[in-house]
Amino acid sequence: MKGYDLIIIGGGPAGLSAAVAAWDAGVREILILERDQELGGILNQCIHNGFGLHTFQEELTGPEYAARFIDKVRERNIACLLDTMVLEVSPDRVVTAVNREQGVFQLRAGAVILAMGCRERPRGALNIPGHRPAGIYTAGTAQRLVNMDGWMPGKEVVILGSGDIGLIMARRMTLEGAHVRLVAELMSYSGGLKRNIVQCLEDYGIPLRLSHTVVDIHGKQRLTGVTIAQVDENNRPIPGTEEYHPCDTLLLSCGLLPENELSRAAGVTLSPATSGPVVDEALETNLEGIFACGNVLHVHDLVDYVTQESFEAGRRAAAYLQNRLPSRGRSVPVKAGEGVRYTVPSVVHPDRMDDSLTLRFRVSGVRQGAFLSVWLDGERILHQRKPVLAPAEMEQVRIRRSELEKRPDLSAITVCIEEV
Amino acid sequence: MEQRALICIGCPMGCPITVTLDNGEILRVEGNSCKRGDTYARKEVTHPTRIVTSTVRLSNASAPVVSVKTAGDIPKEMIFPVMEALKAIRLSGPVRVGDIAAENICGTGVDVLVTKNVT
Repeated sequence: MKGYDLIIIGGGPAGLSAAVAAWDAGVREILILERDQELGGILNQCIHNGFGLHTFQEELTGPEYAARFIDKVRERNIACLLDTMVLEVSPDRVVTAVNREQGVFQLRAGAVILAMGCRERPRGALNIPGHRPAGIYTAGTAQRLVNMDGWMPGKEVVILGSGDIGLIMARRMTLEGAHVRLVAELMSYSGGLKRNIVQCLEDYGIPLRLSHTVVDIHGKQRLTGVTIAQVDENNRPIPGTEEYHPCDTLLLSCGLLPENELSRAAGVTLSPATSGPVVDEALETNLEGIFACGNVLHVHDLVDYVTQESFEAGRRAAAYLQNRLPSRGRSVPVKAGEGVRYTVPSVVHPDRMDDSLTLRFRVSGVRQGAFLSVWLDGERILHQRKPVLAPAEMEQVRIRRSELEKRPDLSAITVCIEEV
Repeated sequence: MEQRALICIGCPMGCPITVTLDNGEILRVEGNSCKRGDTYARKEVTHPTRIVTSTVRLSNASAPVVSVKTAGDIPKEMIFPVMEALKAIRLSGPVRVGDIAAENICGTGVDVLVTKNVT
């Protein structure tokens, strides 16, 4: 069986960054497996600008950001197999894949980095009643049709969900000549970045209807309209608030789910909060030598953070391959306390962490003027006032190794939001 | 005196900014956390501008369209005229990031650049 030191599954921003970091740390036998016909992943269809302010100190479009990393991978002559679908990863790191040229084949890997990204929540997962006509797309599918294939999915549009892709597509469809009637959002706040509300909706006079959802779909062959209704505090439609909106297109921007079929089948432990692997400070899963980064781990709102996280995964996988990654030693769980939905990582091994560690997390609701706190058992080591905290925006704190080393009996690190 | 509340679009932080004006003259810009926010707020209350990103048709290449952007901000009221002008552009492959798809689009003084490598 042919083998590589490192096999990276997925050639999007996470996989590309991890490959570059692993190469720069001295790993030479690297293979990227990508199921699309080109590298770059979702960035190829994200033609809007706003990427790379942290990484490159300039504002790039998605394809430009991808091109910079594709160039880095090419400069290093890192091997890539395109149009190649991974079918299975075994716990002892045998990767089974398939493509048109080689059929089904197996490769042995010294280490594996999972970088498969995420998928959109489809209509079937939303339980919207009504017919099943043509004209209903996830926002990302419509984005690919418009931006890469050059097709317009429709002319009169309703968008359900105010995640960033939904907001970006509201603007994009408007620029291409469609009329976007409204964006309906089930929650009482938007799931997208504030600047996208301004530059994608307000700029074009597109109404955002918070606490509203689609309750019926009309049309047999092609969508002819949708009924929306206001929802109560339990997200139940309120009778009497129904409104009919004629339209030929419904775009769904209702959340992203990390794509972990391969991880699950391999025996990687998944977190119910993120739907991604449970990882430690080295971004290593419960399976030795299998690492995870990017949207397969937890859904990010900024590609810059994906790159930072994936550099770390690449460096740590390199250390593992070079026998420089110490054994795990004592382990301290990181707990998501009051007001925090999850943290990544969710477990820390102080004996092998760097001088400091970035803990990424999301809050569970919108909070103003609250305090972000970190507790080491009963002792609060961070207490920082935050003007605004919102679930749409990933937060991060840094924990110093010295703080953990001072406390050999530490039983838990807790990240929480406090009123005072 | 007039106050205008804005959300900065300069980066994903989305700082809430308040601009105080007197007869159209900017007296104060508050709430921004960097220079970018100050610049944005001053432009937004006097002459708002945006970067436009879109696609143009491509022939003799592996993809039917290629993504483009305006090389800099254009006045907001020029967004739709620029979109209309982009519809008429036909590029021939291969194209590289940074290639000029159109010079001085609609007399704005801003070029339109290709943002993707397509062979």
